[in-house]
Amino acid sequence: MKKFEYVIRDEVGIHARPAGMLAKEAKKYESKIVICRDGKKVEATKLMAVMGLGVKCGNTVEVEVEGADEDAAFEAVKAFFETNL
Amino acid sequence: MQKLSGKSVYKGIVLGPVLVLKKKEQTIKRVGTADPEAEIKRLEKAVELTALQLQRLYEKAVGEVGEASAAIFEVHRMMLEDEDYRNAIYNMIRTETVNAEYAVAVTGDNFSEMFADMDDEYMKARAADVKDISNRLVCNLTGEEETNPTSTEPSVIVAEDLSPSETVQMDKEKILGFVTVCGSTNSHTAILARMMNIPALVGVPIDLDEIHTGMEAVVDGFRGEVILEPSDEIRARTEERIREEKEKTLLLQTLKGKETVTSDGRNVHLYANIGSAGDVGYVLENDAEGIGLFRSEFLYLGRDDFPTEEEQFAAYRQVVQTMAGKKVIIRTLDIGADKQADYFNLGEEENPAMGYRAIRICLKQPEIFKTQLRALLRAAAFGNLSVMYPMITSVEEVEQISSIVEEVQKELEEQQTPYKMPEQGIMIETPAAVMISDELARRVDFFSIGTNDLTQYTLAVDRQNGRLDDFYNPHHGAILKMIRMVVENAHKAGKWVGICGELGADTELTETFVNMGVDELSVVPSVILKLRKIIREM
Repeated sequence: MKKFEYVIRDEVGIHARPAGMLAKEAKKYESKIVICRDGKKVEATKLMAVMGLGVKCGNTVEVEVEGADEDAAFEAVKAFFETNL
Repeated sequence: MQKLSGKSVYKGIVLGPVLVLKKKEQTIKRVGTADPEAEIKRLEKAVELTALQLQRLYEKAVGEVGEASAAIFEVHRMMLEDEDYRNAIYNMIRTETVNAEYAVAVTGDNFSEMFADMDDEYMKARAADVKDISNRLVCNLTGEEETNPTSTEPSVIVAEDLSPSETVQMDKEKILGFVTVCGSTNSHTAILARMMNIPALVGVPIDLDEIHTGMEAVVDGFRGEVILEPSDEIRARTEERIREEKEKTLLLQTLKGKETVTSDGRNVHLYANIGSAGDVGYVLENDAEGIGLFRSEFLYLGRDDFPTEEEQFAAYRQVVQTMAGKKVIIRTLDIGADKQADYFNLGEEENPAMGYRAIRICLKQPEIFKTQLRALLRAAAFGNLSVMYPMITSVEEVEQISSIVEEVQKELEEQQTPYKMPEQGIMIETPAAVMISDELARRVDFFSIGTNDLTQYTLAVDRQNGRLDDFYNPHHGAILKMIRMVVENAHKAGKWVGICGELGADTELTETFVNMGVDELSVVPSVILKLRKIIREM
């Protein structure tokens, strides 16, 4: 399993559009991609659950990637956070 | 006559008949089913149809309001395809052996409640999105036609609430404005109204049973008011204001996107002065070619402690990204004098305008300065950012700034933090800076003349003292001579020079400035097009 931590810089946090784009991105990989915040964990492919985390600007999230293609998924998801959030 | 207030999401003013939209109460009955799998098949067909409709709406919205705002319908489609949402519906059909309509309605309510309960205004507003897709899905299940409210004449639409899809489906030609009882300024309907340039008020405590279609109403987005059955006097005043707005829009349409160039081909850049990230909308709306003065004080004022590097970085980055390649000149901290923040502990001063302020604080307390510089250099990597230093009086100050910037650059380099070296200029707002502008010009990339302070220091007139108003004459020959000198010295060194003080917006002097060779005028956004008109007619 690979993990990274990320501090959200987007002004409105993980809002609808990036959450949708993230779900799309996450579905490209076999690996399970989990977003954790304050002990709550949800799968990145689940748009409404991700929005339900209520991640705001300045919050730290932990992202866990596990599966056959975890190296590629890890890089892609990390890049996604850095450019969009 | 009845006057009600609400939150305005688009500044405009209209007068016209009301069209009241009442939601048909969708009562969904719980019906047991013997064949849940057949219900699921029905559901799947309805989902497919719904996805198709959302795709069409998306395409319509792209054409009308642009890709970014239309994205909401793409998000709706993704919500529709959300696993948790879909599984919850399937589960309910199977375990409770109920009809698909009922399962969709209940699941929709549950998910929408989850959003409504969140402690974040943006997320609360998403409850309406979930409701919107659930309703659409139910309509497709029952085979009900979508109700597409239209009226024969352009009207003010008054409703309890409007979903984004309702908003986009309406015939734009028939909408004068929106007034809703619910809704937040964060709702997508509000965003769409803004993009469609339609005055809209949300959160108006209006009783839909007390009003009726055909009533006359004024929607005043500037004041956030709706006036039902206006008096003759108000109607006349409104008509006058509508005429003025139209003229402004016409000016905008004829001059928007046009170059600011004189008839003999001299080009002047027209930039905007702003004081907070929220003003960027006005900058774009008035077609400024960039931001010539972005006062960074808003980040420091009205709070208890210094803003962090991350906070500053996020704010600067957002502005340069929104301006998408257009120049954004950010002025470093200009606290002191009339702008005070307690945590700076500046203390009382006999003569604050000539006191411990602006660059003087930055050079004496470099830790404050360095935090801002780090944020600026990092944000510069995201767009066309320039940095400008205020209150310069000597070459030594510029040299000190350069060495602090170098330190910051070295640190960022060592930490492998992405950054870019921005264009750097200084404000010319002291007579001293004017007199040595030849030497200063060799050390910086540009000048921006701050005429407010320059006038106060040159004429020895305190700007805060109302009794001196008659002595405060920015058209004083001394000021104009100084500006000419600064322009000449800048150009000799091959540097550009602008004016960002109030004098830059003085239409009586525009011609004089252009003839002097001033390269840029930075003014309040609302004056941009007026100046462009004058310059193009020169």
